[in-house]
Amino acid sequence: MRRISTAIAVATLLASGAAGADGLKVGMITTLSGGGAGLGIDARDGFMLALKMAGPAAAGIEVVIDDDQQKPDVAVQLADKMIQSDKVDVLTGIIWSNLAMAVVPAAVAQDKFYLSLNAGPSALAGANCHPNYFNVAWQNDNLHEAAGAHANAAGYGKTFILAPNYPAGTDALSGFKRFYTGALSGEVYTQLGQTDYAPEIAQIRSSGADSVFFFLPGGMGIAFVKQYAESGVGIPLIGPAFSFSQDILGAVGAAALGVKNTAQWSKDLDNAANQAFVAGFQAEYGRLPSLYASQGFDTANLILSAMAKAEVTDQDAFRTALRAADFASTRGAFRFNTNHHPIQDIYVREVVEENGVITNRIVGVALTDRGDAYAEQCKM
Amino acid sequence: MSAVLIAEQTLNGLQYGMMLFLMAAGLTLVFGVMGLINLAHGALYMVGAFACAAVAAASGSFWLGLGASLAAAAAMGALIEVAIIRRLYARDHLDQVLATFALILVLSETTRWVFGSFPLYLSLPEVLSGTVTLPGGVVYPAFRLAIITIGFAVAGGLFWLIGRTRVGIRIRAGEADREMVAALGVDIARLYTFVFALGAGLAGLAGALVGTIQSVQVGMGEPVLILAFVVIVIGGIGSVRGALVGALLVGMTDTLGKAMLPQALTLVLEPAAARGVGAAAASMLIYIVMAGVLVWRPRGLFGARA
Repeated sequence: MRRISTAIAVATLLASGAAGADGLKVGMITTLSGGGAGLGIDARDGFMLALKMAGPAAAGIEVVIDDDQQKPDVAVQLADKMIQSDKVDVLTGIIWSNLAMAVVPAAVAQDKFYLSLNAGPSALAGANCHPNYFNVAWQNDNLHEAAGAHANAAGYGKTFILAPNYPAGTDALSGFKRFYTGALSGEVYTQLGQTDYAPEIAQIRSSGADSVFFFLPGGMGIAFVKQYAESGVGIPLIGPAFSFSQDILGAVGAAALGVKNTAQWSKDLDNAANQAFVAGFQAEYGRLPSLYASQGFDTANLILSAMAKAEVTDQDAFRTALRAADFASTRGAFRFNTNHHPIQDIYVREVVEENGVITNRIVGVALTDRGDAYAEQCKM
Repeated sequence: MSAVLIAEQTLNGLQYGMMLFLMAAGLTLVFGVMGLINLAHGALYMVGAFACAAVAAASGSFWLGLGASLAAAAAMGALIEVAIIRRLYARDHLDQVLATFALILVLSETTRWVFGSFPLYLSLPEVLSGTVTLPGGVVYPAFRLAIITIGFAVAGGLFWLIGRTRVGIRIRAGEADREMVAALGVDIARLYTFVFALGAGLAGLAGALVGTIQSVQVGMGEPVLILAFVVIVIGGIGSVRGALVGALLVGMTDTLGKAMLPQALTLVLEPAAARGVGAAAASMLIYIVMAGVLVWRPRGLFGARA
């Protein structure tokens, strides 16, 4: 414990003289290898695209990128390295909530800014919120709350819900239940990283449910949707966008067609920033962007907007500039709540086939100007 | 819990066990015959899945892809054995673990480099895509029944190969006394390459079958590798029969545990707590079984006598 506090003291001393005039150094810790790499790569590519499109405005930004391998211990080491030897001013990039919980509290305690481009665990949104922590994506519960609202609107009354047993999974199910008014015909927690869902699908089959809500990001979702289609159960699926985002739709294939999912972003959102982003992303990387890419893009633009107004060395001014969220978001209207989490619309999307590519299209709005359930507990 | 549901869950356990067997059989052969701990076995599983997905996408035929998965993983296995593993037999297990761990990283990143970071598409062949209604009204996916059948066929084939053929005699002899077999004029180096390629091919086949219903992505082999090690430790290292029994035991325990434990716990706990505790306890169950087996028989169920 003493060694840790000494390290923190040294780091703060070093940091105070670190950042030079006009410059800003971003440390990006994200998942670039292993099964979750697709998410991190999309987020990184979106982020870097925004800097490229900003041209000279982004000249003062230096980005240090490293791979957390989806392991909390590696993420903590990288954060220490970036804060102490790279002397970054702003940290970002973490995809997974369990990694965010390991890194964020220590980073903001060392007077660094942390801008989350994906993970939004409830533990950081309520009583443990922090002035230097901003979430540019969503609070974890948001898309699931929207799925609950959508289940009501679609007239479902007996939903079977499942999610992995980890912080974002429990957030997912409690988020869904917050808005869903029907009965639950089953509630199951699966193992994180599980890839065979035959036991759960057998339970769904015998439960008499009229719909299934699931939150299974990355490879877990691919496996579930394929196995669900193969099982012939046939009850409608609903889920957050993570299970149907562009990075995995190619692997899921036609099994996903027609599924409704909820998202704060979609590539067909009609605003200038989004059109420029989608076209730019396709031109630069030759594939359609996912919502992770849009979140990376928005995060970079938020940093640029704050940089234009204040020096990062003047923490209070920089924080005020961040809070203003004075940038053109790919989501259209975007502003920060009192706990530095977004207030935004959440849409219902449908998986469709367009010119031979399986993708999403907006079919409705699930929640308008949604903040989150924890903002009141946040005192800062 | 209805009888139909119990029957379906039992089939699920059987199918999961068979999948683990395909993975564990190669691992246990290589360890038993060559005394080598091959951590890269999971990477060969991934190679098989990617080969299947790539060939199936290019040719439009799942069956060509399945053949390609066997061939690609076996060829990769033979190449690795000749180029790297051969130098490690005389070394201790730590060196083998280090080298084969390095192989995981090399194979994973090479695969990413060739195929990209995003999961590949691999779907069921048309013939096996529906469900089958079994006697008693159990509706079960045809492809999972096929996996069970393939698992039993591979088990039968391996027992025949090891118990009834000349190659099998040599494999067993090589397991017992390497120097003596070499002195009797058997080309032990070639035999080892064959065994390693056989193990790799089985892993590749498992990867292709599993990739079809799960996801074909970099790093897909490592979680299965851990379970395969649990299986061979339970079954007894080096025993194919042990791998079969161990795999079925792990498959059944895991599936039925996951299906029944959370429900059983609702009798003593309130539902919300039972779900959380049940899910956590179910994931520990196979390790508890492993510990129990090891207390009872320290060398595993069918392990060689000391």
